[in-house]
Amino acid sequence: MFLRLLADVRWRGADPKWRSVACCRGASGTAESQPVPLPAQARVVICGGGITGTSVAYHLAKLGWKDVVLLEQGRLSAGTTRFCAGIVSTARPVSIELKMADYSNKLYQQLEQETGVQTGYVKTGSVSLAQTQDRLISLKRIASSLNVSGIPCEIISPKQVAQLHPLINIHDLVGAMYVPEDALVLSANVSLALATAASRNGVQIHERTSVSHVSVQKGRVTGVETDRGHIKCQYFVNCAGQWAYELGHSGEEPVNIPLHACEHFYLLTHPLKEPLASNVPTVVDPDGRIYIRNWQGGILSGGFEKNPKPLFTEGRNQLEIHNLQEDWDHFEPLLSSLLRRMPNLEALQIMQLVNCPESFTPDMRCIMGESPTVRGYFVLAGMNSAGISYGGGAGKYLAEWMVNGYPSENVWPLDLKRFGTLQSSRTFLRHRVMEVMPLMCDLKVPRWDFQTGRQLRTSPLYDRLDAQGARWMEKHGFERVKYFVPPGKDLLDLDQSKTFYKPDWFDIVGSEVKCCKEAVCVIDMSSFTKFEISSTGDQALQSLQYLFSNDLDVPVGHVVHTGMLNENGGYENDCSIARLSKRSFFMISPTDQQVHCWAWLKNHLPEDSNLTIEDVTWKYTALNLIGPRAVDVLSELSYAPMTPEHFPSFFCKEMSVGYANGIRVMSITHTGEPGFMLYIPIEYALHVYNEVMNMGQKYGIRNAGYYALRSLRIEKFFAFWGQDLDAFTTPMECGREFQVKLEKGMEFIGQEALLEQKQNGVYKRFTMFILEDHDTDMDLWPWWGEPIFRNGRYVGKTTSSAYSYTLERHVCLGFVQHFDEKTGEELVVTTDFINQGEYEIDIAGQRFQAKAKLYPFSSLFAQRRRKDEVELSGYQRE
Amino acid sequence: MQLFSCLSAIPVRSSRLPLLSDAMPAPTHLFPLIRNCEISRICSTMCYCHHKHLCCLSSHFAHGHFRYAPQKKFAALYRPKENFYQFIHARDYASTPQRFYLTPPQVNSILKANEYSFKVPEFDGKNVSSVLGFDSNQLPANAPIEDRRSAATCLQTRGMLLGVFDGHAGCACAQAVSERLFYYIAVSLLPHETLLEIENAVESGRALLPILQWHKHPNDYFSKEASKLYFNSLRTYWQELIDLNSGETTDVKEALINAFKRLDNDISLEAQVGDPNSFLNYLVLRVAFSGATACVAHVDGVDLHVANTGDSRAMLGVQEEDGSWSAVNLSYDHNAQNEREVERVKAEHPKSEEKSLVKQDRLLGLLMPFRAFGDVKFKWSIELQKRVVESGPDQLNDNEYTKFIPPNYHTPPYLTAEPEVIHHKLRPQDKFLVLATDGLWETMHRQDVARIVGEYLTGVHHQQPIAVGGYKVTLGQMHGLLTERRAKISSVFEDQNAATHLIRHAVGNNEFGAVDHERLSKMLSLPEELARMYRDDITIIVVQFNSHVIGAYQNGEL
Repeated sequence: MFLRLLADVRWRGADPKWRSVACCRGASGTAESQPVPLPAQARVVICGGGITGTSVAYHLAKLGWKDVVLLEQGRLSAGTTRFCAGIVSTARPVSIELKMADYSNKLYQQLEQETGVQTGYVKTGSVSLAQTQDRLISLKRIASSLNVSGIPCEIISPKQVAQLHPLINIHDLVGAMYVPEDALVLSANVSLALATAASRNGVQIHERTSVSHVSVQKGRVTGVETDRGHIKCQYFVNCAGQWAYELGHSGEEPVNIPLHACEHFYLLTHPLKEPLASNVPTVVDPDGRIYIRNWQGGILSGGFEKNPKPLFTEGRNQLEIHNLQEDWDHFEPLLSSLLRRMPNLEALQIMQLVNCPESFTPDMRCIMGESPTVRGYFVLAGMNSAGISYGGGAGKYLAEWMVNGYPSENVWPLDLKRFGTLQSSRTFLRHRVMEVMPLMCDLKVPRWDFQTGRQLRTSPLYDRLDAQGARWMEKHGFERVKYFVPPGKDLLDLDQSKTFYKPDWFDIVGSEVKCCKEAVCVIDMSSFTKFEISSTGDQALQSLQYLFSNDLDVPVGHVVHTGMLNENGGYENDCSIARLSKRSFFMISPTDQQVHCWAWLKNHLPEDSNLTIEDVTWKYTALNLIGPRAVDVLSELSYAPMTPEHFPSFFCKEMSVGYANGIRVMSITHTGEPGFMLYIPIEYALHVYNEVMNMGQKYGIRNAGYYALRSLRIEKFFAFWGQDLDAFTTPMECGREFQVKLEKGMEFIGQEALLEQKQNGVYKRFTMFILEDHDTDMDLWPWWGEPIFRNGRYVGKTTSSAYSYTLERHVCLGFVQHFDEKTGEELVVTTDFINQGEYEIDIAGQRFQAKAKLYPFSSLFAQRRRKDEVELSGYQRE
Repeated sequence: MQLFSCLSAIPVRSSRLPLLSDAMPAPTHLFPLIRNCEISRICSTMCYCHHKHLCCLSSHFAHGHFRYAPQKKFAALYRPKENFYQFIHARDYASTPQRFYLTPPQVNSILKANEYSFKVPEFDGKNVSSVLGFDSNQLPANAPIEDRRSAATCLQTRGMLLGVFDGHAGCACAQAVSERLFYYIAVSLLPHETLLEIENAVESGRALLPILQWHKHPNDYFSKEASKLYFNSLRTYWQELIDLNSGETTDVKEALINAFKRLDNDISLEAQVGDPNSFLNYLVLRVAFSGATACVAHVDGVDLHVANTGDSRAMLGVQEEDGSWSAVNLSYDHNAQNEREVERVKAEHPKSEEKSLVKQDRLLGLLMPFRAFGDVKFKWSIELQKRVVESGPDQLNDNEYTKFIPPNYHTPPYLTAEPEVIHHKLRPQDKFLVLATDGLWETMHRQDVARIVGEYLTGVHHQQPIAVGGYKVTLGQMHGLLTERRAKISSVFEDQNAATHLIRHAVGNNEFGAVDHERLSKMLSLPEELARMYRDDITIIVVQFNSHVIGAYQNGEL
């Protein structure tokens, strides 16, 4: 109650200025009882007046889109935004999140000056504590990343922690990370300030107006239905926070926004006898699952408990809203943790325990972007309790997205299209967020997997593989094998195998890799997204030629590896396309492309009833036969010669394997090793698998998993879309000029940008690094996101890494940029620039020497390929 | 109590018996019973303890074990050597260093496998029934479990029926009783017009009025094959009731007694008459030759009737004014510990048999419960038994047990299914009723049962949330308060079902009356062939009463 009053007081403090704006804007604006009538139409309607909605409105107006209406069902910033703790923290492991938080921080800092609304911005800094060495490693990793992003940050000792904060018990600490520029704000006021500024720029704001649904015609937003009438619009932005899921489902054309609310508690106290200084840093104790900030001389402390309480699973529910009470028993572990961290607080008097629901997403990252099914329907929601930290930056990116067609940074990790309908089950969301919320504080080690919401999509071979010791990971709901634990060998259980060092499966994967190199392995790769595109005439070829940079007019039976580029030449997708016949194509893309690629094709292919696309992902089981003996296995099973003379690489043929007919066999392996991909109609999957395993026995066949595949492809310098490649990377920047046929006699998307790059050179270059003085057994392993230094200067970050069992070294892949030493301006990266430098990779603050290479080791390729593919070597996608 | 009555002779500290100490390094005082017994009866160890109710000559008659087991077991009785061999075998098993502990989730999944809860549905946001709902659960020790449970709401009369059934010599009889008894009771309670209506419906092939709504766990099955047979017997019963039309309103006590006796009679008759279908014929014989006790409660408003046959027990949990819990028995055990029962049995037979009637606390030295369904070996004349066995299917004929006639068998019947019925008017302080088979009562005192269930039910529902409100509370004070509350609820926290909670305590309690995970884990991971030595099948139903409604009844508002 108190907080509400307090906020109300503040609201009034901010009110006059904002109200005056409202008066100018509104027709009458005299009495609250007579709301300003809604406009009949607008370019953009934003639903939700919290931090995200106001931030989007603010940035849209800044970018010149002023015909914007913001609707709020209650009052501005009255939801989660009002109740949240108001901490702006830039210490984020994902680089795009870090950039958003950094931008937000800078935005809020000058917001009061810009708008005149008091935002309560105080630069307090933050201290993240480590109780264990592993935690310290993870903080060091973040610190490296912050430092190269220009955010001051240092790793400090427990003693220094005590100097920064008078109350902290440091006895169980091993270290901490100090970020001096982190800040505190009054979140509701920040949101009001953004609203005020937006309103001054022409955005119309209507409170007490709720959206019932969005009208859609022909897959486009046409208007918004509210309880106060209809507004015609071209764009709709769903910023409804925890109600975004329901709002998304309210229309005829549902938009899946997978998020779910959980109760979140924090404690407010009366002031201390000696009130805390206003600039005392915010304390984050992830091992204790709590955060503690100064609040009016007392403290505000909350946390992320192990047993969260999800709510509103069945949608908006008055009962649950009213039952949102303090739950002290639930808060007990966090309170214990708080008193352990600050024992002197025992005598401090409680003011209130606040229950403030937060929305969480299935992968702990926020959701933004355009709906894959409804054009003009944008979303920004699911802030995972960091709405204030991300709000400013996220609003900016979304506004750029709407205005320019794409944001100024790669936001794929946050893109709504990384999810599909498969993540929209309420049960799934409820279970998953119960795992996600505790994860906010859990240690994130390389290769951790979610444990809930599993076994949703599986290959027909799942049980067979599981019985043979498969260990699983999940991608886009699909279970994929990591590796196979040999019988009799026990691995550590899940908790203990969490490590930043050499993992316990090292030798297992090593033997799988060896088998791929020397004999033959089978990897179930059914999760790949598979589309078939066909037409009655040559429409399919014509339109695909426009969508893809490589030349698809190849003889039937050829497989072409190509990027699906955007206007800037960046990779929207990276795929293999087999020409099945004159008029039909089989397209294979990464697993998580299922929604994104579908939407891209739908949006870019002409509407032509003679042209059909079909998602056949579920129809085929994909087996990858890797290794020199794959040829023997397959020819014995099919009675067909499979040698390179008869079946050169990058070929595709439908043939019989065992008793089963109609198996699409392609001579690619996505690893650069010899072998075949088998696309098997699912009803034959078990048969073919059994046949392959039986026949393969004499050639030493064994199962293998994705970890082996990963090691194989990284040592051969194959980039992987979603990890190494993104919408801001062009083929020119990753050495794939040969996949671009600028002269194919047809215009294609991104052609101009690539032409320009070809003439002017590139500003970043995909490079492979071999770690030189790295001890695999003793040193921290690289993961991704490690800063790369050239001659001591920061030049970029790694995007993926793996141990190469052949080179017996770690290999990191990453992009090198060239910043002017004085101005910091980006310069063209030349081959010489790459080759003439001394490189180091920074793993959690420790630098390792690395050798840079622009081309893979040719010695790693066992087989010579068709002439035009020698250099193409395998810039294939995993 | 029966659990160790035959095993009892084993001296725990003896070096000849590493079995107990190996498998269960728990302190010996966990097994006080074992200590107290004489050594003399050691030769009757293993197979006795497998089948408590029917001393040793029994239950592999039950399907599954049938083909091979009886001869061996039977022989064992007379050849202690082989018995000893068996024993050694068991010992080898247990003494292999199997330090395998179940994790808490594994323990929970075992304990919760059979749990079932039913909440009486509300109408208009109100529940006007005196029953809020019930929780039930079973933990097997025999494989397969020989206990059964049933719960149903009477649809043509008011009231709810709940019962636990403890089978012996197999589960066939308990299964049949669990399926059939409530129909007999419901029919006995029906007014004349309803019976006529039902009979007319059957006659003209119209849809039948539903009599019972069952509340079943998925594992509680009904046998499809016998349903026609069972139905015909039931129909004959209601036809007789129609013919007898006494015109009086049905007395619940009377109805319960009649239903029990009638069903037992039908079981006996069906076995004598046989069935042309060989499967069914074998089934009715198995039902009749095995036995079952029954403890059934009928709740209608404030009227609670408990009908009991055998040694399962019904207990009322009463909350005293000071909040403490006490137990009120609502049934009498029919076994040797009940003097009135012993007197009754003795009075029913000639003086000459007085010595042989009850031996070693068992009826004719064989059967633990003094009343039971089925068990025609204790009811039929020798001639009848021989005739049925000889004309019966080969399986029956080859079976040593069925051929065996109890010693000193002169004036049958020695056994009856007639229940004792206790009527109790529910009061607001009567919070719950526990129906359980002897597997629970032999490990826990009823006072403890009352306390554990009482605290569980109130803990779940009455631990009020704390609110700071306007009070001055410091963080330290709040922390202390919360720690205290957590300690209180931690044991309750794991269970959503009162019956599960009770089983957890029954199996896992240590000497301090607290659940000991290690002990629980050991007890639950015992191999099938050992489990029965340490515990019996446990079946529990906990019925929770609606004090508001009962209070309203009392004040004449309902």
